[in-house]
Amino acid sequence: MDAITDELRLATDSEHQCFGAGMPLNITVNGKAHDTRVAPWTTLLDFLRENLGLTGTKKGCDHGQCGACTVLVDGRRINSCLTLAVMRDGCKITTVEGLGKPGALHPLQEAFIERDAFQCGYCTPGQLCSAAGLINEGQAKDRDDVRELMSGNICRCGAYTNIADAVMDVLPKGGQS
Amino acid sequence: MNPFSYERPDNVAGALRGVDGRSVKFIAGGTNLLDLMKEGVERPSRLIDINHLPLGKIEENEDGGLRIGALVRNADAAYDERIKAGYPLLSSAFLAGASPQLRNAASTGGNLLQRTRCYYFYDTATPCNKREPGSGCSAIGGVNRIHAILGASDQCIATHPSDMCVGLAALNAKVRVTGEEGDRVIEFADFHRLPGNTPHIDTTLKAGELITGVDLPGETFDTNFTYLKLRDRLSYAFALVSVAVAMKLDGGKIAEVRVALGGVAHKPWRNTEAEAVLVGQAPEAAAFATFAENVLREAKGQGHNDFKTDLAKRAIMRALRQAAAGTPQSQTHKRVA
Repeated sequence: MDAITDELRLATDSEHQCFGAGMPLNITVNGKAHDTRVAPWTTLLDFLRENLGLTGTKKGCDHGQCGACTVLVDGRRINSCLTLAVMRDGCKITTVEGLGKPGALHPLQEAFIERDAFQCGYCTPGQLCSAAGLINEGQAKDRDDVRELMSGNICRCGAYTNIADAVMDVLPKGGQS
Repeated sequence: MNPFSYERPDNVAGALRGVDGRSVKFIAGGTNLLDLMKEGVERPSRLIDINHLPLGKIEENEDGGLRIGALVRNADAAYDERIKAGYPLLSSAFLAGASPQLRNAASTGGNLLQRTRCYYFYDTATPCNKREPGSGCSAIGGVNRIHAILGASDQCIATHPSDMCVGLAALNAKVRVTGEEGDRVIEFADFHRLPGNTPHIDTTLKAGELITGVDLPGETFDTNFTYLKLRDRLSYAFALVSVAVAMKLDGGKIAEVRVALGGVAHKPWRNTEAEAVLVGQAPEAAAFATFAENVLREAKGQGHNDFKTDLAKRAIMRALRQAAAGTPQSQTHKRVA
């Protein structure tokens, strides 16, 4: 990640070169490496949805206010709408499509079903990625912590109590994974 | 978002090259800048991604304090064991701000430079002196529930949105910057500015300068402190009023006290004259009430935000009580003790 490739230098030395072919981007999404090019003003969210067709990650507000676009970047949860794809060159991204698969669901996906933790489902991919990030972070010890540390994900159906129940089901005892 | 060229230098000298601070912007977390670019409020022609500069560490200074690199993420600073131990009010202020996702992305330097959340600043269809100097202020006489009651001008009544900065103001932090003319250190009280007749200028940073870090002085406040944030919902909302208190008690008297307010002014608000009056007094309700009156004496509401004056007084008294009792506000368990 520290090395600046010659290719990238070429793309930036000439001011408008990036307008055409875009910037080189090496990024791993759900375990699959992509060696591609992207316009620098493409958000990570738009790259995932439009360039890769991974529409599980939702564009709710596009302003970092709702959390529906939450993905994991190198295991940490962020709002994919408020970062550029080119800023994540060399990173490993996990979206909801990479958490689990039909027949082999992630424990959080199982728990969300078990606890009826969604109604319309629109916020659910972001809730799931956020909960996975919360568990990775290891800061949540109890239900109040879970509520506070899931507050970046809005659910307009109001499934919050069941979401907290589902996350508590999967949270390792004492909060450490 | 407008098209722009993008570069990714790996050293500070490379990042400073040809930067004028207007059409060229540094980007770190991007959580505020990209939002502003989507709204057309910021339209840089060139973005310099500084995430690969070596400014991502928290290190110990010679005076026993800490240096937080400009690229340290808000979450990493909040959970750093040295910050939690010596400067718990700062850790608390970090955790009161934004959401876990945003704190994972947002940088220390970017937090210092985040811009107001005034609705009109974001709405390019309306006049705003901060966005378009000379166009007028829509918040004065408009919807101004979240706006300033202290230090405002007839040009701008915006507030600074940061929680981190309120904590740093109480800790007398210093902002380290570098530029083509060399390095300099800015006292925290001098970093952000009041709107006056130039509300489009948020800070005393010079064009082209880059923040490299924030220094926390060696003096720690690990017993009598709090960060109390009052807002429209219990989490993930900007402060209507917030209060950071750093206090030292000696023999039942206040030996030292610093109180910084958020959500009430164009910058974190301190009143050091009022603080000086508190020193030597017993930490009791009457002294706290007098202090609150002194701090809010010049407060001026704009209509919808008139409530902030009384809210700020009560928040100050509550926060001083929490700090004196050694029972700081928890950012998780929301009950205000």
